[in-house]
Amino acid sequence: MKKKLFIIIFTISLLINNSIAIEPDVFVQSTVNRASTLLSEEISKEQKIEKLKLIAKDTVDIRGIGFYTLGAARKNLSDDDKLRYAELFEKYFLKSFSSRLAEYTNPEIDVFSKEILNKNYTIVNSLLKATNERPEIKIDWRIYTKNPEKPLIRDLIIEGLSLARTQKEEFASVLNSNNGDIKVLFKTLEDFTNN
Amino acid sequence: MLKKIALIIFTTFALTLNVHASSDGELVLKKNDPTEIKECWEGFNRATFALNQGLDKIIFKPVASVYKNLPIPLKSGVSNSLDNLSNVVTIPNNLLQGEFRKAGVNTGRFIINTTIGILGIIDVATLIGLDEYEKEDYGQTLAVHGVGPGCYIVLPVLGPSTARDTLGSLANFMGGDAWYNVTVNNDTQYFSDFDYYASRVTAGVDFRAKNFSSIENLETNSIDFYASVKSLYLQDRQQKILNAKIIVDTQNDSDWEEIEN
Repeated sequence: MKKKLFIIIFTISLLINNSIAIEPDVFVQSTVNRASTLLSEEISKEQKIEKLKLIAKDTVDIRGIGFYTLGAARKNLSDDDKLRYAELFEKYFLKSFSSRLAEYTNPEIDVFSKEILNKNYTIVNSLLKATNERPEIKIDWRIYTKNPEKPLIRDLIIEGLSLARTQKEEFASVLNSNNGDIKVLFKTLEDFTNN
Repeated sequence: MLKKIALIIFTTFALTLNVHASSDGELVLKKNDPTEIKECWEGFNRATFALNQGLDKIIFKPVASVYKNLPIPLKSGVSNSLDNLSNVVTIPNNLLQGEFRKAGVNTGRFIINTTIGILGIIDVATLIGLDEYEKEDYGQTLAVHGVGPGCYIVLPVLGPSTARDTLGSLANFMGGDAWYNVTVNNDTQYFSDFDYYASRVTAGVDFRAKNFSSIENLETNSIDFYASVKSLYLQDRQQKILNAKIIVDTQNDSDWEEIEN
């Protein structure tokens, strides 16, 4: 009897654990579907942008991308500057991300494979279907899977070009042109967000 | 003569900054890592970049905005034809890189598409199972044989490049591009200089039209557009040199490891 009870409890706990974990490819397809449904809605561009920001907050590791983007400069920041940077980066990212996506109407993306790099990362491969305006585009998604119940997007790799890496080199250029002064970067991000 | 000497001195100076012959894959990867490529002439590059942006606004963007609205079969035909023409540079570079099978397939593709595909307008070769390979050029061949990229440079009209790739592209004008040879270099009765320059300009317009909204989007959402374009160009070159199909082969995961939530 004790043995049976143990098996039942063990099986239930296994089932619960498995049912909570979200597969990275399923996560990407569902995120894409959410964005696609929203973009095909007949609402204003401003409304779309606001709703896209909510999706991004829910599915993208904005803080992680922010500190990756800052590169080695993040090691020299005070705690106050880190907080300030995280706040500014989130606003910058959400504006940049949502205004880029809001231009598309009903994008069709098909997820077709995934590659598990390690326990923290999976690359999900997808294709953005061609339209009259542009050819088919290959998009890979770097998914942070440390918490399998809450996977998060950390990078988009479009035709082999990493957006996070591009952003990192862009931020490094701003810092290098200004003797590494983080305040100039803060000001640049503020100006971008307010314009 | 003086021009030639200046050119040789310039390229030698730029390339000696990181020329060490090697064909080791990891070394090629490291040498062509965008973060490792030196920015020797940033002032000049930014000025040229601004000039190119001006030319884009006046010429390429308006022409591309008309071109992108042409009927799809017409655009595909032009694009296919230009792709087919690029084989005359890709094939010798396949051979120089020791990729004999690819050279064979590309030669087959070129012959089939030029004849049955009516000057390359229809990509018959793909339809019969001869899949297209990545384009190759003399800059990529130099890289494969261990020549480092040297300094990053923005060329007037032509756009982003590196010292090595600029030197590589000179090979096109010294007999390395059969299309240039039959149009500009030699006085044949079938082609003229115009055909060559028209094909180059059309290739530029085709590229601009294919990336029309991406470029607009990037410019609007960049805090330093020059740095964004530089990064994307150098990442793209790295991929092409390695012929990498997927980013996981080339991106350093350790970059991310320090960031934990």
